Amino acid sequence: MLGILASLLDGLLVGAVYGLAAMGITFIWGVMDVVNLTHGAMIVAGMFGVYLLVSAMGIPAYAALLPVLLAGFFAGVALYWIAIHRMIGRPPLMSLLATFAVNLVLIGLGTATWGTVLFNVSVSLPGFSLGRYTFPGTHIMAAVLTAVIAGVLYLFLYRTRAGKAVRAVAANREAAELVGIPTTRILALSCGLGVALAGVSGALISTLFPFTVLSGDAYQLKSFVVTVLGGMGNPTGALVAGIALGLFEGLATPFMPVSWTLVIEFVLFVLVLIAFPGGLISIGRRRPAVR
Amino acid sequence: MGKFWLAAVIGFSLAFPGLAAAEDTITIGMTVSQTGPLNVDSVAQLHGSEFWRDEVNAAGGIKAGNKRYKVRFVTYDDQSVGGRVQQLYTRLIVQDKANFLFGPYSSGLTATAAVISEQYGKIMLVGGGAEPKTYQLGNQYLFQCITQADYYLAGAVQALKEKNPHARVAFVYSDDPFSKAVVASAHKLAEQAGFTIALQESYAPSTTDFSPIINKVISSGADAFLGGGHYPDGATLARQLHEQKAGLKYIAILVAPDSPKFASLGDAALGVMVPSQWEPQVKYKPDFGPTPEQFAKAAYAKTKVEADYHTASGYITGLLLQHAIEQAGSIDPAKVKAALDKIDVTTFFGKDKFANGPKDHGLQVGHEMVLAQWQMKGGKLEKEIVWPEAARTAQMLYPLPEAH
Repeated sequence: MLGILASLLDGLLVGAVYGLAAMGITFIWGVMDVVNLTHGAMIVAGMFGVYLLVSAMGIPAYAALLPVLLAGFFAGVALYWIAIHRMIGRPPLMSLLATFAVNLVLIGLGTATWGTVLFNVSVSLPGFSLGRYTFPGTHIMAAVLTAVIAGVLYLFLYRTRAGKAVRAVAANREAAELVGIPTTRILALSCGLGVALAGVSGALISTLFPFTVLSGDAYQLKSFVVTVLGGMGNPTGALVAGIALGLFEGLATPFMPVSWTLVIEFVLFVLVLIAFPGGLISIGRRRPAVR
Repeated sequence: MGKFWLAAVIGFSLAFPGLAAAEDTITIGMTVSQTGPLNVDSVAQLHGSEFWRDEVNAAGGIKAGNKRYKVRFVTYDDQSVGGRVQQLYTRLIVQDKANFLFGPYSSGLTATAAVISEQYGKIMLVGGGAEPKTYQLGNQYLFQCITQADYYLAGAVQALKEKNPHARVAFVYSDDPFSKAVVASAHKLAEQAGFTIALQESYAPSTTDFSPIINKVISSGADAFLGGGHYPDGATLARQLHEQKAGLKYIAILVAPDSPKFASLGDAALGVMVPSQWEPQVKYKPDFGPTPEQFAKAAYAKTKVEADYHTASGYITGLLLQHAIEQAGSIDPAKVKAALDKIDVTTFFGKDKFANGPKDHGLQVGHEMVLAQWQMKGGKLEKEIVWPEAARTAQMLYPLPEAH
């Protein structure tokens, strides 16, 4: 019984980070109707950002989060102008291919620079024990910081002028333009925010597990599942769905081989897409939360 | 007139350099996982092969009868992907006209490449494909230079029995052909040794978070852990076992802890064991080629990284091919194959001998492994051989520090 509880708690902690990773991709979709396939590469960029800051400058890993967040924002704005701006309003396949191409370039550059060797950011934080089970301090800190970042995002969207403009553009771009909102700038800002979220989630993941240039694929895949469960374009839904997915993994693993959980997750993914295209969390809502 | 012929010869040589060089050059083709999850071990293996090539060429080439052949490599990045391997080995044979082949890294990629090498009747020496199944399909041109997967954890099981005859073992391993073959065999050996199998669990090779599995290990009450797969998963497993204080007394992980990079895990590396094809401290007396000490020193001088068993296995593929060509006195494939079939030698890498039966041709039957463990020496993590007794350089750290 203690084992199941430990597994559930562990799922909760890791699920929160899944949720944060998915918030970036769902935010960009919610505002811009763009499936950002650079998401995995940006997560990896966040991981390497922390690694480089820690190894080159010797600063603590958690102090590296803010620079990574800022760098992610500017990278996102640059991504918007390079690959997305001309694709806005065109068929979704075009922006999908454009971001996929940028993803290939980024992964290629990363592979040429670092190879696919495993990198490790050593962080020592006291955890807590529940009987024979130990929960590393890094996992707890990652979940707490995820909650903080999600809270800040909520305040930004609902309490600031820029945030309200983002929601207005997401709800109706043409109407937003008619009332004087600079929609292009807001789209660039949103892309910056989405990529910053991906980067900071990568930064947090780097404190939990070793990583390579190719690690982003696994988290991007997981982000898609979480996004669909939480509702496309719904950051709050993504966070809740991420935690739900983590809890599911925690609950399932004591009773079945771990390799089966991924299969079940993707079965759920397909079922939800068919039965609830708006996502489980959005059932009963007319529009996703960001709108 | 003489000037005319001299100019003609020089002009011809410049116009057709390949023809001019073709007579005294052997082309060896291989794919390397320059990218992808097999990158660390595959590149280490390539470094070993390149080291052999450079030494051979510096000494004037391989002597075959009255001729000497310089060695030329043609390599491609297989991206750790099986689909690329077949395409690239076909290219190596058909377009690059490789005389001989070295295998790619890993059992999965070797099985894929072997289909092509057999189809074209090309000799392929393998330094990184341990799963025996590939060599039990009636292949005629495939030669396994390292210990087969069935014996990888045999030493770890035997060493554990000496320490704790009533051990509770958790087998946690990557869902790939090599790791499955290793664990299937180790499972039988563990049962024969009288151990309790507390847990047997596989995971996808792309797994990045092992927390749920480690919780299962803890719940199972296991005190010994055997398994892993390749570098990324093995290193992550070791780190998380340490972070989650799994309470294990004995950890043996495949492949990953052999790499010098494993020491970057710090305290998480301490006490972790790895079944190793070769370690610099081994004391084999070679019939030919460098001694283990000479190899280790020269490899370090060249690469500035301490040689691991993948580097050594890359070198041995070249050294065995060289020996076979020298014995055959020719680069004729049939003669070289016959010489390889007869090989029964001891080198810096240990003993090497290939099975000759129709159903296991090319399977390695001579080489033996050692068990190495990361231990703290003068404040620095170093690998020591802890099993078998004859090769031991340090006593085994058992049980592991409580942090594990």
